[in-house]
Amino acid sequence: MAERSDTEEVKLLGMWASPFSRRIEVALTLKGVPYEFSEQDITNKSSLLLQLNPVYKMIPVLVHNGKPISESLVILEYIDDTWRNNPILPQDPCERATARFLAKLIDQQICVAAMKVVGKVGEERDAAVEATRDLLMFLEKELVGKDFFGGRSLGFVDIVATLVAFWLMRTEDLLGVKVVPVELFPEIHRWVKNLLGNDVIKKCIPPKDEHLAYIRARMDKLNLKSA
Amino acid sequence: MADEVILLDFWPSMFGMRTRIALEEKNVKFDYREQDLWNKSPILLEMNPVHNKIPVLIHNGKPVCESLIQVEYIDEVWPGVNPLLPSDPYQRAQAKFWGDYIDKKVYASARLTWGAKGEEQEAGKKEFIEILKTLESKLGDKIYFGGETFGYVDIALIGFYSWFEAYEKFGNFSIEAECPKLIAWGKRCAERESVAKSLPDSEKIIKFVPELKKRFGIE
Repeated sequence: MAERSDTEEVKLLGMWASPFSRRIEVALTLKGVPYEFSEQDITNKSSLLLQLNPVYKMIPVLVHNGKPISESLVILEYIDDTWRNNPILPQDPCERATARFLAKLIDQQICVAAMKVVGKVGEERDAAVEATRDLLMFLEKELVGKDFFGGRSLGFVDIVATLVAFWLMRTEDLLGVKVVPVELFPEIHRWVKNLLGNDVIKKCIPPKDEHLAYIRARMDKLNLKSA
Repeated sequence: MADEVILLDFWPSMFGMRTRIALEEKNVKFDYREQDLWNKSPILLEMNPVHNKIPVLIHNGKPVCESLIQVEYIDEVWPGVNPLLPSDPYQRAQAKFWGDYIDKKVYASARLTWGAKGEEQEAGKKEFIEILKTLESKLGDKIYFGGETFGYVDIALIGFYSWFEAYEKFGNFSIEAECPKLIAWGKRCAERESVAKSLPDSEKIIKFVPELKKRFGIE
């Protein structure tokens, strides 16, 4: 491991209930990197946040020795490039490309489809459920014969897919719609159990009761139907 | 043992152009296979089952999908010549951030410049120029986005440059008037052999747009 100076400063501007923020905490914790967490009010953005992420004005932002990095997938790769212990991405270029592809699938397609499930009702909701399940099948197939997407241990896709395990699947409880039923997705359910047995994950995901209360409050605020 | 590299692509695709350029930068011989997107081939459907989209890079039988992921893959597999990404982690992160920005922002607004009418088109043009201006300020007075050397961010954006004249013609506006430094950058990049080999003539794109509009059922 490279020499680290005593003045090394790692700060994370984040939000406790955001999957994009929590995944950065997982990565930093996995690597044993000490960091200062700065909880941001995303309804009333701080001047610091606006200064450090002028393009998107969003969390998470990682600040390393005064230099900001935005976009959670970019931040994850930066963390992996900078702290080389406990690698997150695989070594093989083809496996790395697959990991990046699946991460993009989760963030740009599965996440969007899942939000439609929450935001729609009736037939539109049913269609959104179908679309989400079709995409989740690609993750399901990827897990066959593996404890984690990363193989024997947590990797890049596992960290990104916590969005599925602890946001999408927790929202199911509130929606009264089983988007990810165990009969259709036995591998994903098995993988979630493996995640829950991992100390870093347990430490870094939002506590369930508070998290469900938060999601319920947000849904009520947006006048969305909750179970 | 010779590498077998196949690229499933579609000639006007600014995303396919990225992968062509990256392969050319690395002097990698590849088998370019033109795809018919309205009658997708079995190999395209098999190699990109998730999206059925081009470009698809097939290296020794294994597919890699998504153009910027392909560019990074190519940089990792053939590291010896013309590095496409910086070696410094922070500079790499900056490059990936801007590549991602280009992916998220440019295509959608650009499309409105030729694919929409009236107010929608005007709004699209305005947004498109704003995005180009953000990129232009990022470029600053540098030769390329990464500084002295041509790389990832240049590759992410340059394919759109081949479409600029078409956007201007069908959108009835001048990109050069708004973003002269970006046009100068485009001309510089176009002089590079890898880019010259990979970008179609603007004239060909201009002729193609009406056909594309028909395909999409746009008047």
